[in-house]
Amino acid sequence: MELVRKGAAELGELLAAGEVSAVEVAEAHLDRIAAVDGQVNAFLHVDRDTTLAQARKVDERRAAGEELGPLAGVPIAHKDVFTTTDMPTTAGSKILEGWRPPYDATVTARLRQAGLVILGKTNMDEFAMGSSTENSAYGISKNPWDLERIPGGSSGGSSAAVAAYEAPLSTGTDTGGSIRQPAAVTGIVGVKPTYGGSSRYGVIAFASSLDTPGPFARSVLDAALLHEAFSGHDPMDSTSVDEAVPPVVEAARHADVDGLRVGVVKEFAGEGYEAGVSARFTEAVELLESLGAKVVEVSCPHFTYALPAYYLIAPSECSSNLARFDAMRYGLRVGDDGTRSAEEVMALTRAEGFGPEVKRRIMLGTYALSSGYYDAYYGKAQQVRTLIKRDFEAAFEQVDVLVSPTTPTTAFPIGERADDPVAMYLADLCTIPANLTGNAAISVPCGLSDGLPVGLQIMAPVLGDDRVYRVGAAVERALEDRWGGPLLAKAPELAEAK
Amino acid sequence: MSAITRDEVSHLARLSRLALGDDELDHLAAQLDQIISAVARVQEVAAQDIPPTSHALPLTNVYRPDEVRPCLTPEQALSGAPAAEEQRFRVPRILDEEA
Repeated sequence: MELVRKGAAELGELLAAGEVSAVEVAEAHLDRIAAVDGQVNAFLHVDRDTTLAQARKVDERRAAGEELGPLAGVPIAHKDVFTTTDMPTTAGSKILEGWRPPYDATVTARLRQAGLVILGKTNMDEFAMGSSTENSAYGISKNPWDLERIPGGSSGGSSAAVAAYEAPLSTGTDTGGSIRQPAAVTGIVGVKPTYGGSSRYGVIAFASSLDTPGPFARSVLDAALLHEAFSGHDPMDSTSVDEAVPPVVEAARHADVDGLRVGVVKEFAGEGYEAGVSARFTEAVELLESLGAKVVEVSCPHFTYALPAYYLIAPSECSSNLARFDAMRYGLRVGDDGTRSAEEVMALTRAEGFGPEVKRRIMLGTYALSSGYYDAYYGKAQQVRTLIKRDFEAAFEQVDVLVSPTTPTTAFPIGERADDPVAMYLADLCTIPANLTGNAAISVPCGLSDGLPVGLQIMAPVLGDDRVYRVGAAVERALEDRWGGPLLAKAPELAEAK
Repeated sequence: MSAITRDEVSHLARLSRLALGDDELDHLAAQLDQIISAVARVQEVAAQDIPPTSHALPLTNVYRPDEVRPCLTPEQALSGAPAAEEQRFRVPRILDEEA
């Protein structure tokens, strides 16, 4: 099998056994990127020399007898929201075009420490605001299953890269579903860890009480290995959890759901759910039952209010966070001709540097936080957050995990929702509750609807990350037995450019 | 009735430091009105006696030891500056006064 078709765990073993070098593995992936990324547009930045230098360093560390982790020498695509000193970091925005950060994000530093080889930076909706990459200032990434459709978002470059075999692993950030939704619509695995389980230091902030870095991979085990490599307490992030990383790798290998109590969220079904999505979800629940899980229906009555609460809380936090783009210290500056004041330059720069969705959310957040409206909007949204937390707590008294479809529909055509923000926001309907409360959640492939991937979402209590891997791995194993391989093997082949 | 007026949108743009043209303000006013009407649903369920949650984790007053550590050099800190002078960020005039 070609190197680019292999998973991260297998590549790690081949590298450890000396059967292949990190340079060879990196070259194979760089060649694949050169051959298909013209169609997929997953990457904003690829620099062969920088990548190969990293790979050579890993080979040297190994040759020197250094004890290396299971992913040493494995390539990874890195979302452009994480700062990197050796590659530009734009967060998909014109306001940061060409910016070279002076420091590495903690996640970046831990990837380097674990010997992962960064292939490049992946496309995303500007400042992680969106569900399709259509809000990127640098073009739209394409879904490898159908190049006319969106790869999800905001981490759509990262999902597309892994689904197109340009990288075995990638990083993402999940604020309202930005890892799970793209994973679902491209037929791969994506995990939102417990909030605070992975560091936000060096992650360009969107909504600080929600932003959570997490892994993408083509298998649950590969995602767990990456999760373990970059997670854990970070003193540089004051909201980082000072606890041991849950045993996610062990859980992914364990893959047993016998006797496990599974709750089906009653509210995430019915109107608005594509028939094929509902059918694949029902089959996945039946599968869990056949594997020995005890399935019950659970009501979380406030989950339907999560979406409106999120679209008050996230814009409020973003309007505050994005105030840092002031044209003074880094990034774009427009109109500084000696006659204009700092405030005028700031306003001109922000009007030119931010795209329409970012402006919408800054304005919405400014509105929700302004005096006279605060109590009616932001205040109420925070109360809804409490109600959703109570729903989760009540549910987890009855069950060990909750399940739902990851998204109400499969990948929609590019352009279909581009100028209809409210329709676009519905893509995050099922994923948002776990963000508001910090819970761990995974999306694993559970079949096709009209030839497009459907994701199963599994949610666990805070710091119960191992449970989502355990259940996800069990579903994956059973379905791959049924299908005779991973779902992604059913995706059409991309033509390779020479 | 619309949830937000065109004048309010213009005021929000000023507060947000966004120099938006009339077309953009018109477009945004209609969209913000639609979004605000949709998100106002939060008012249906949240009774007065529900405490607010601002954060997923109950963390308060997280401190780290007050230790001297290496930090960015002036060159690194200024590396992305649109304009710099004498190890400082050079900015447009801040005070509204005659030169």
